Amino acid sequence: MSLISIQTPNVTGKKYWRSLNQLANTTEFREWVHHEFPANATEMLDGNSRRTVLKLMAASFGLAGLAACSRPVEHIFPNSAGTEADNYLPGEPFHYATVMSIAGHVTGLLVETHDGRPTKIEGNPDHPHSLGAATAIQQAIVLGMYDPDRSSKVLQGGRESTWPALESAVQKLALGDGAGLRFLSGFVSSPTLDSLRAGVLKKFPKAKWVEYEALARDNELAGANMAFGQPLYAHPKWDKAKVIVALDHDFLNLDAPTPFFTLAFSKRRRVGSDEDLDKMNRLYAVESQFSLTGANADHRLRLKGSEVRQFAIDLAAALGAMPGLNVVNNGGSADKRARFLAALAKDLKAAGPEALVVAGPRQPASVQALAALINEKLGSECVTYTKPVIDKSSSGVAALKALAGEMSAGQVSTLVMLGGNPVYSAPADLQFAVALSKVATSIHLGAEDDETAAAATWHIPEAHVLESWGDEASSEGMAAIQQPMIEPMYGGKTAAEIVSWVTTGKFTKSHDIVKNYWLPQFAASKEQGDKEQIWRKALHDGVVAASKTVEPIKVTVDAKKLASALAAEPQVAAAGIEVGFYPSSSAWDGRYANNGWLQEAPDPISKLVWGNAAMISPKMARDHKLTDGDVVSLTRGNFKMEATVMIQPGHSDDAVSIALGFGRQRCGRVGKGVGSNANLIRTTDGFYFAPGFTLAATGKREDLATTQERGTGDNQEGRPLAREGSVEEYKKNAKFVEEMAEVPEVHSIYSEFVYDKGNQWGMAIDLTSCTGCNACVVACAAENNMPVVGKDQVMRGREMHWIRMDRYYSGDENDPEVIEQPIPCMQCENAPCENVCPVQATSHSPEGLNDMAYNRCVGTRYCANNCPFKVRHFNFLNFHKHEPEIVGLVYNPDVSVRMRGVMEKCTYCVQRIEETKIKAKQDGRREIRDGEIKTACQQTCPAEAIVFGNINDPNSRVSKLKKQERNYAMLAELGIKPRTTYLAKLRNPNPELTA
Amino acid sequence: MNLDELKDKIGIGEDKVYAVMGAFTAPEDLVEGGRKIREMGYTKLDAMTPFPVHGIDEAIGVPPSKLGWLVVWFSALGCATAITLIWYVGAIDYRLVIGGKPYFDFSYTIPIAFELTVLFSAFASFYGLWVFNGLPRLYHPTFNYSQAHRASDDLFLLVIEANDPKFDAETTAEHLRSVGAGDVEVVEG
Amino acid sequence: MSAVLQDPQLMEVNPPLVRSEDYHDLTEQISGIVEGDVIKTPTKYWITLAVTASITGLLGAMLAYLLSTGIGVWGNNRPIGWAWDITNFVFWIGIGHAGTLISAILFLFRQKWRTSINRSAEAMTLFAVMCAGIFPLFHTGRPWRAYWLFPIPNTDLNLWQNFRSPLIWDVFAVSTYFTVSLLFWFTGLVPDLATLRDRTTNKVKQVIFGLLSLGWRGSARHWSHYEKAYLILAAISTPLVLSVHSIVSFDFATSVIPGWHTTIFPPYFVAGAIFSGFACVMTLLLIARWTLNLQNLITMKHLENMNKIILVTGSIVGYSYACEFFIAWYSGDIYERFTFLNRAFGPYWWAAWSMYSCNVFIPQLYWFKRMRTNLWVMFAISITTNIGMWFERFVIIATSLTRDFLPTSWGYFHPTWVDMCTFLGTIGLFLTLFLVFARFLPMIAISEVKGVLAVQKHQFSDEEVMAK
Repeated sequence: MSLISIQTPNVTGKKYWRSLNQLANTTEFREWVHHEFPANATEMLDGNSRRTVLKLMAASFGLAGLAACSRPVEHIFPNSAGTEADNYLPGEPFHYATVMSIAGHVTGLLVETHDGRPTKIEGNPDHPHSLGAATAIQQAIVLGMYDPDRSSKVLQGGRESTWPALESAVQKLALGDGAGLRFLSGFVSSPTLDSLRAGVLKKFPKAKWVEYEALARDNELAGANMAFGQPLYAHPKWDKAKVIVALDHDFLNLDAPTPFFTLAFSKRRRVGSDEDLDKMNRLYAVESQFSLTGANADHRLRLKGSEVRQFAIDLAAALGAMPGLNVVNNGGSADKRARFLAALAKDLKAAGPEALVVAGPRQPASVQALAALINEKLGSECVTYTKPVIDKSSSGVAALKALAGEMSAGQVSTLVMLGGNPVYSAPADLQFAVALSKVATSIHLGAEDDETAAAATWHIPEAHVLESWGDEASSEGMAAIQQPMIEPMYGGKTAAEIVSWVTTGKFTKSHDIVKNYWLPQFAASKEQGDKEQIWRKALHDGVVAASKTVEPIKVTVDAKKLASALAAEPQVAAAGIEVGFYPSSSAWDGRYANNGWLQEAPDPISKLVWGNAAMISPKMARDHKLTDGDVVSLTRGNFKMEATVMIQPGHSDDAVSIALGFGRQRCGRVGKGVGSNANLIRTTDGFYFAPGFTLAATGKREDLATTQERGTGDNQEGRPLAREGSVEEYKKNAKFVEEMAEVPEVHSIYSEFVYDKGNQWGMAIDLTSCTGCNACVVACAAENNMPVVGKDQVMRGREMHWIRMDRYYSGDENDPEVIEQPIPCMQCENAPCENVCPVQATSHSPEGLNDMAYNRCVGTRYCANNCPFKVRHFNFLNFHKHEPEIVGLVYNPDVSVRMRGVMEKCTYCVQRIEETKIKAKQDGRREIRDGEIKTACQQTCPAEAIVFGNINDPNSRVSKLKKQERNYAMLAELGIKPRTTYLAKLRNPNPELTA
Repeated sequence: MNLDELKDKIGIGEDKVYAVMGAFTAPEDLVEGGRKIREMGYTKLDAMTPFPVHGIDEAIGVPPSKLGWLVVWFSALGCATAITLIWYVGAIDYRLVIGGKPYFDFSYTIPIAFELTVLFSAFASFYGLWVFNGLPRLYHPTFNYSQAHRASDDLFLLVIEANDPKFDAETTAEHLRSVGAGDVEVVEG
Repeated sequence: MSAVLQDPQLMEVNPPLVRSEDYHDLTEQISGIVEGDVIKTPTKYWITLAVTASITGLLGAMLAYLLSTGIGVWGNNRPIGWAWDITNFVFWIGIGHAGTLISAILFLFRQKWRTSINRSAEAMTLFAVMCAGIFPLFHTGRPWRAYWLFPIPNTDLNLWQNFRSPLIWDVFAVSTYFTVSLLFWFTGLVPDLATLRDRTTNKVKQVIFGLLSLGWRGSARHWSHYEKAYLILAAISTPLVLSVHSIVSFDFATSVIPGWHTTIFPPYFVAGAIFSGFACVMTLLLIARWTLNLQNLITMKHLENMNKIILVTGSIVGYSYACEFFIAWYSGDIYERFTFLNRAFGPYWWAAWSMYSCNVFIPQLYWFKRMRTNLWVMFAISITTNIGMWFERFVIIATSLTRDFLPTSWGYFHPTWVDMCTFLGTIGLFLTLFLVFARFLPMIAISEVKGVLAVQKHQFSDEEVMAK
C-alpha cells in the first residue's frame, strides 16, 4: 500500500480525500490496484501467511477512501434534527435512516456517518421490524461497502469494458415482444422495482421475470396455497404466544435474517415480577441441526428434516385436527418422540388461543399447511395471514428450473440477472453455467466479480445498499425508503436503474425513479405538508407513513383437500444419510462471504469461524469412526462434494447438516475458498434436505478454527458460571441462584475503596432473554475498531472480540441443553488485572470503570494472565501496520486503533459515556438520564438482554435488575466485586416431560 | 598544589626514602617478625601478603576496619529511600485507584524496601572498601622493592615507613634483618 | 574423558588441598591457565567456543525477528500469556542462585571446601542472570518501552510505576541481585588480578591487569578492610538470594489463578533454585575439572558434598509437590482441585511427570554413596535435574494458565521454532560467557585457597598469636 502513503503524507480532512480522488484517476494508481489486488490473489487466510491478514485489512479499505468523501448530490435527510447542510459540525456524526432486505426480510437501519462516511449500522427504532435492533449480518454490511474486492468495472466476457460499449450493445438487441427476454432477480420486496417490473413486462409482453433465492420463503406461500388455496404470508405473533412449536424453524437465528422475531419472542422471556413468570412462553423445537432456537427451546426433539413432516401429521392427528388420521406411533426408539408428542399436544390444547405452531422455510408446503391447520384447530390468535403486496407467482426453485430449461433449449436470447449469483447458488442439477452459455446476451448486475459475472456476456457493478436509492416493503406492506449515505464508490448501478433503462432505453438515476414512484402516492394534507415534505419525513423517519399495508384476511383450511394433497405429495425414500442445507450465520447464502467481520464472528452453537463443516451427531461419528477435522465426501448420484466433519452434540443421527455460502471459487480474498461449497450436492428435488447420500472418509484432514476448545471446555465442569434453573424451581426457592456458589465473607487487610459518588457504571445481562445471537459481538467489533485477525490467528487463540458468546452444553450428548453467556469485561471493583500491571497502564476510574491506557501499556500480558474471565486481548502482531491511512474510513474516530504489543479490553464503550456526559453538560445538566447511554452491545441486542446504567441510582433499570434474586456475579468468591452481573437463565419446561 | 608538593604528599620523589622493606617466606614468620619490630617501638608499619594473614593486624598494630558503620548508615538510607519513593508516588504525586487498594500501604513496600536496603549496603561496602584503602592508586613506592611482585605470590613483606619517628635507614634495616627478614632493602619513592 | 575421571579411587586418596602443594605451585597452576599462550590453548576449547558463539548468534537473530514482528512469533496466546519466555526467565534465575549461595552462605559457615568452586559459581550466577534478564525485557509487547519498568523520571507520560505489582518487585530484586553478585565477584577477583599483574611480563596485560586490580598491593590495611567488606557482602547476599526467588515466586503467588495462587511458593521456589543451581554448578565443574585437570582442587569430597545438597533440596521440592496436592484437596476449592488433577492427568501430564521423575525420583539415588561418588552418575543427574526444573517452571506457569476458571477460555500451548531457538540461544550465550571466563580469568580464588592452605600447613590460629 506504499503508493497510498507516499501520495498522501499526513494530510487530513477534506483535502486528504480530494487528493485521493485525484489519485484515483491516475493511470499508475489503476495499475497499482491491479498489481496490488490481482484477481487470483492467494487466499489470505492460509495458515502460514498471516501477513496476508494485514494485507486484507489494508485491502478491505484500499479503494474505500477514493470516493468516500463524495456525498450524494441528491438531498438525503439525517434522522437527527435538520439537514446535514443546516447544522454540519466537523467530527459530529450524523445518523441516516435507510432499509435493507435479505430474501424478503425487511429491516430498517440507522447508519452513523462521520463526515460523510458510514461507520456504524444500528437498527432504526422507528421501524417496526427493528425497533433499534440489528442482526450481526446487517451491522457488518458497512465493512462490505468498503471492500476493494467489489466489482468496479463493466465487464464483457470477463474482460474490462465500458458503459457506452454496453449501451450500444443493448441498443443493438432486437427484443421485439420480448419472447427471448428473461429477467432473473432475487426476492423482490421493493415496490418501485415491482412497478418497474410491471412496466417492462407490459412493454415486452412475452418476456418473463423469475425470482430466485437460494434461501427463500417460497414454501411458506406454497403451504398457504395448499392450506387455503391462495399464497399467503403467515405473520406469527410471537409475543402473544404462550406455547410455541417450531417445526424445523430457527426463527431466532438462521431462518430469520432480521431482529424482528427475536424482538417479539423475547418479550415473554423477561422476568421482573411473578406475573412475568406465569406469562413466560414455552418453546418446543423439533429440528435436525442444533440451532439457536433449539438451544433456547424448553424442549427439543431431534428429528431429521424429512421426519418433521410425519411429526406434524402426528401432531395434527393427536389434536384431532384432521379427520381420518391417527397417530402413527413408530414405537420403540421413537419413545421419546411419543412422550414429547403427547405432552406437546396436551400443552397446545391448554394454550388454545395462545398456542402457535410455526414451520421453518426448509419444510415443504405440507408441513406449512399442517402448521396452519393446527393453529386454526387450536383457535390460535397468534398468527395472521396476508396476501403478498408483491406478486410471487413466478418465484422459487420451480420457476428457476423452468428458466434453466428454456435457456438450455436456446429459447432465451437475452437474460438480465439483477443481483445474485445464480451460477454459484443455483441447484447443481440445473447446471446453470451450461445453460447460461446458451444465452446469446446475458447481462449480470452484481456486487462482486463473481462466478456469474465471469460466465455472463456482460457484467455491471451493483451499488451497495448504503450507496443506493431504493425502497423495501415488508411482507405486510410497511414500506421504507432506502437512501444512500455516499455516492456509489465504484460507479455501481441499482436493479431499478437497469430495469428502467432496459424499458425506456434511457438511463434514469435511481433517486428520480424512486421519488417519481412515491410522490404521486403521497396525499398532501395540512398536517403533513406538501408531498415534498412528506417525502422528506419518510427519509427522515425511515418508514413511509403513507405506505399501504395489507390487512390480515380471514381464511380457513379445507381439511379434506389438505388430506388429499398430503396423500398426493410425492415422498422420497428415506434411505441412506440425509443432508440438510442451512444458511450460514456469517455468509448467509454466500453473498457475505467476503466480509471479514462476519467470517470471524463464531457460529452461535458450533463456535466455528472461517468456514463451514459437515455437522454430524456424536453417534454417527462413532459409527463412521470420524473425528473433528476429518474430510469426508458426500455423494448422491452424480453430485459429490468434500466437507470437513464437525461433531455436533444434539444433532440428529444419520444426518449431515451443512451451511451454504462457503467454498466460493471466484470471490474476494477474504471468502475465496473458505469452507466447502454445498451447492455442489444441492438439487431441485432435495433443495433443503435430501436423503440417499453416501458418506466416505477421504483420509484427508482439515483444521477447523473454533473460538472455544472443542470437546473439553464445552461444559461447565460443575462450576457455577452460567447459572440456570426452571421457573418451578425459582417459584419454590428464588434464592437457588445465589445458593449455587458459596461466597465467603472476605475481610481485606486494607480499608477498601468505596464508590458511592456520582455515576457508578454497571451492567446486568439477563441470560433468560439472551438468545445467543452474535449481534452484540459484531456491534462491539464495529464500534471499537476491532481488527480481523484471520483463521490462523484464531486457531492460535488470538481473536480480539471484546465481548464473546460463551456456550456450554449440559446433559446427554445426544440431547444436550445449551446455555449461552455473553462475556464482556466484568469491570471488577477489585480488579486483579490492575494490581499486577507494573506500569499503571490499567487503573480504576472514579466511576468504577477498569480503564486501559493503551499508550502506557508495555505489554507484559500479566493482566491478561491474572484476569479470571480472560476478557483481555493482546495485540500479538501489528494488525494495522500495513494499512494505509484511509483505513480510518470505516473506523470509529472516537476509538483509538491499538498498536502491536498492547493489551486491549472492553471499556463499557467509554467513548459513548464521555460523549453523553459532554452533551449533558452542554444542556446544562449534571446528571445523566437513565438509559441515555447505551453500550454498543446493549443498543443492538434484539432481546434487550443487556442493560447498562448507573448502579448508584437505585431507580435505574440496571439497579432494579441487580436487585432481583436471579442476579449473581460470576466468581464473586474471588472477592473481585464484578460490576457486570448476570440474571440466571430460567427455562420453562413442561412438568410432564421433566418428570 | 604543585607537582613536588603532590609527590611529597604521597611520598614519591627521587632520592626520597619511602621505607625499609624485608621479606618472609611464611606467614607466621611475618607475624612473629612484625610483632618484634613493633616491640622495638616502630609505629609506622605495614605488611604486604598474598592473602590475609591472621594475627598480623594485632602484630603490627593495624586498627580494626570501620567499614561496618558506613554500611549500617547506607542500609538505613536504602530502606528509607524505598519507602519514601513508594509513598510519594502513590499518595502524593499520582493518586490512582489500583485494584481497590489504598494509595499507600506499608505492606507492599516491604519487598522493594528490602531490596534497596541490600543494594545500598552493597554499594557502601564495595565503594567504602576502595575509598578506605585509598584505591584505585596505580603507583605505590613499595612497588620499587625488588621482590614486590612476589608479595602477591608467595612472599610476605614487612614495611617500615620512613615517616616513622624512630626511622633511620641503616639501623632500621638492621632491625629488620634481626627479626629474620630476608632481602632487606631501602625503598625509594 | 581422561583416565583420572574414570578412576574415582584415585580421587579418594586426594585429601582436600594437599599439603605437598606450596603457595607458588598453587599460583602457577591456577594462573597458568590464564597466562598460557592463546595459541597453545587446546583446539577442543576453540571448537567448543565456536559452537557456543554461533548459537549465541542465533539468539541475536531470534530477538531481532521478535522485535521486528511482535510477540506473535512465539506460541503465546490467550489464555497462555506467559509460556516459554517466563519459564526460561525463572529457570535461569534459579540457576543463578547457587553461585551466590555457595560463595556467601558457605563462606559464613566457614566451609573451606567452597574455595575451590566459589569463583566459577559466582561467574555462573552472573551469566545466568544475564540470560534470565533477556526474557522479561523481550517478552514485553513493546520492549522499546521496557525502561518504563524502572522508576526513572520519564517525560513520556509522566506516570509512575505500580509498586503494588510483583513484576516491579521483580525488577528491583533481579537488578539488585545482579549488581550485588557482580560487586561480590569483582571484590573477590581483585587480589588475584594483582597476582596476574605482578606475574605477567606482557606490557599490554600489565596495563589491563594493572587497571583492573586498582593498584592492589596486599597491604595489611587493604586486607583488613577487604575481609570486612567481603564478610558484609556475604552476609547481605545470603538473605538477598532467598529474597530474590521469593519475589519471583510472588509473581504467581499473589495472582488469583489456581495453581499460581499458593502461599507455599516462596520456600518452594528457593529450594528449587538451590536445587537447580547446584546441579548446574555440578555440570560446569565436572566439565572444567576434566578439561582443565583440576582433580586435586575440585576433589571428590567437594562433589559429594554438593550431591548431598542436591539430594536434600530435591527432596524439599518433592515435599512441596506433595503439599500442593494435599492443600488442593484439603481446601475443597473446586478450581484448585481441578487444576492439580489436570496438572497430573490433563493434557500436560507428560510435562508434570517428567518434572516429578527428574526432580524427585531420580535424585533419590544419592542416598547411596556409590552413586554420590560416581562421576558419570552425578554428571547425568546434574543434567536431568535441570531438565526437571525447567519443566517445573513450565508446568507451574503454562499449564496453570491453559485451564483456569472459565472452561470456554481454555487453550493449549504450542511452542514455535522461535520459542525453541531463543531458549537454545540463551544456553549458547551462557556457555560462551563461561568459556571465555574460564580461559581468561582465574577460575579459582588464588588468595583464598592460599589462606586455607596456610591454615592447614601450620595449625596456626589467632589464639596462638595471642599466646606468643
